[in-house]
Amino acid sequence: MSDSKLLSVEDLHVTYNTPTGLVRAVSGVSFDLGHEKLGIVGESGSGKSQTGRAILGLTATGGTVGARRLEFKGTNLLNASERTMRQIRGGGISMIMQDPKYSLNPVMTVGSQIEEALLIHNRTSKRVARERTYEMLRAVKIREPERVYKAYPHEVSGGMGQRIMIAMMMIPEPDIIIADEPTSALDVTVQLQVLAVLDDMIRERGMGLIFISHDLNLIASFCDRILIMYDGRVVEECTAAELEQAQHPYTRGLVNCLPRLDGGQDELPVLKRDPSWLTPPGATR
Amino acid sequence: MIDIQGLDVVFGHGRKVFHAVRDVSLSVEKGQSYGLVGESGSGKTTVLRALAGILERLARVSGEMTVAEETLLRHRSQSFRRRVQMVFQDPFGSLHPRHTVDTILSEPARVHKLDRIEQRVVHALEEVGLDASFRFRYPHQISGGQRQRVSVARALITSPEIILLDEPTSALDVSVQAEVLNLLMRLKREHGLTYILVSHNLAVVAHMCESLSVMQNGAVVETMSVQQLREHSSTMPYTQQLLTASLGYDRTAIDAFEEFA
Repeated sequence: MSDSKLLSVEDLHVTYNTPTGLVRAVSGVSFDLGHEKLGIVGESGSGKSQTGRAILGLTATGGTVGARRLEFKGTNLLNASERTMRQIRGGGISMIMQDPKYSLNPVMTVGSQIEEALLIHNRTSKRVARERTYEMLRAVKIREPERVYKAYPHEVSGGMGQRIMIAMMMIPEPDIIIADEPTSALDVTVQLQVLAVLDDMIRERGMGLIFISHDLNLIASFCDRILIMYDGRVVEECTAAELEQAQHPYTRGLVNCLPRLDGGQDELPVLKRDPSWLTPPGATR
Repeated sequence: MIDIQGLDVVFGHGRKVFHAVRDVSLSVEKGQSYGLVGESGSGKTTVLRALAGILERLARVSGEMTVAEETLLRHRSQSFRRRVQMVFQDPFGSLHPRHTVDTILSEPARVHKLDRIEQRVVHALEEVGLDASFRFRYPHQISGGQRQRVSVARALITSPEIILLDEPTSALDVSVQAEVLNLLMRLKREHGLTYILVSHNLAVVAHMCESLSVMQNGAVVETMSVQQLREHSSTMPYTQQLLTASLGYDRTAIDAFEEFA
């Protein structure tokens, strides 16, 4: 399935120089992405979002990104010019953020935001762009595209806002979508409906997806392959079906500490953190 | 212990009226944990706030509420305020950023004119698994899970009988959630507390509670025991859909989802 590699990451490091010393947000993450749904799961501070941002060159100022290899379809992202990166962002790899309330422009109508995403990457007429936007809104299961086209972000619900985000990210037809907690702010049923839209589009267009989430159950049921991150490193990699048989004590701890619908009311097993899981200071990997 | 009959909560006036809670009735026995489940905007938190008596200035609240044989009036009695405490969802927003843990914990004790405040503070910290070194720290100096422990300690200070829990673990990582849920279960056992737990997470409610009500659009759709929830023997399509959704991503099941309005 992943014989045609879209993205190749080898030994990725993200470090921040802070007044209290060097913070290693990501230390030595490696993976390849094909036409598949790859999940990255971890708790807060595990470096999962930093990994996603580093791929797009969106690491905050003060952060340094290093890697042995960071390649998107033959382009080295590490020494790419800002001009090339602008082409890749949106056009080649795009990113869906967590909260549509903050990631949509509040003073632009939904329609013009989606159109803008298309017009920056493709040369088409305004008229064609408008047609494509309607088409895209219909594709993300928005029932009245004409009304939503003219609406402002505050006039739509959270679930619809996230569908609009998906439409905007899909319209330049990128090869990879990075979704960083795309549905964590939504109710469960809406969350699943939005994911179904994303799932269908990725399958139809043969794209690759990096799905970043803290929700183990969701990732296990949605993705094909999972990376489990802890303290900036991938501690375990497995297929989604194998999660229940995971080997690493951290993964097992995470799986076990979830309350279950069919479980009893006994004490939940608490995750005991072992210092040996941490990256040794000064180590390169 | 807690009895609510025909609770209605209406926000706003004239054309901007919003009926947040419609004719909700429920009763909770002493020592029980009762779950209120629903999606955002279903009115579950509003029920909790109406019971706590913190909505009076914001909304019109009608209906009959009784707590331990005391019929609740518009102005709650001092003893009610001592016996019923609340833990909020967001451990970042619910602790005063410029107060030390010590100030945060001793304030309710001073308000209720309790004695031996210092001992109570140290004891409450112990109960939630924090040592005395946390006393003089500020909220920003401790982690999210520790902050939620401080919130629980603040609720315990007045030796309450009832604690209202509003999504107490939804802002926490799963490993920290497990610790806080274990803590709440232990405190309930040791102090014979009664809980009302508001959550959107069915698994958390199934773990903590004996019975629950499913809410939607301000009304109770279904009241059931956790046993019935586990056996998926709910009769209402809305509850069934919530259950299906909570089991994870299943492409075929999603196409059958309905909109309930």
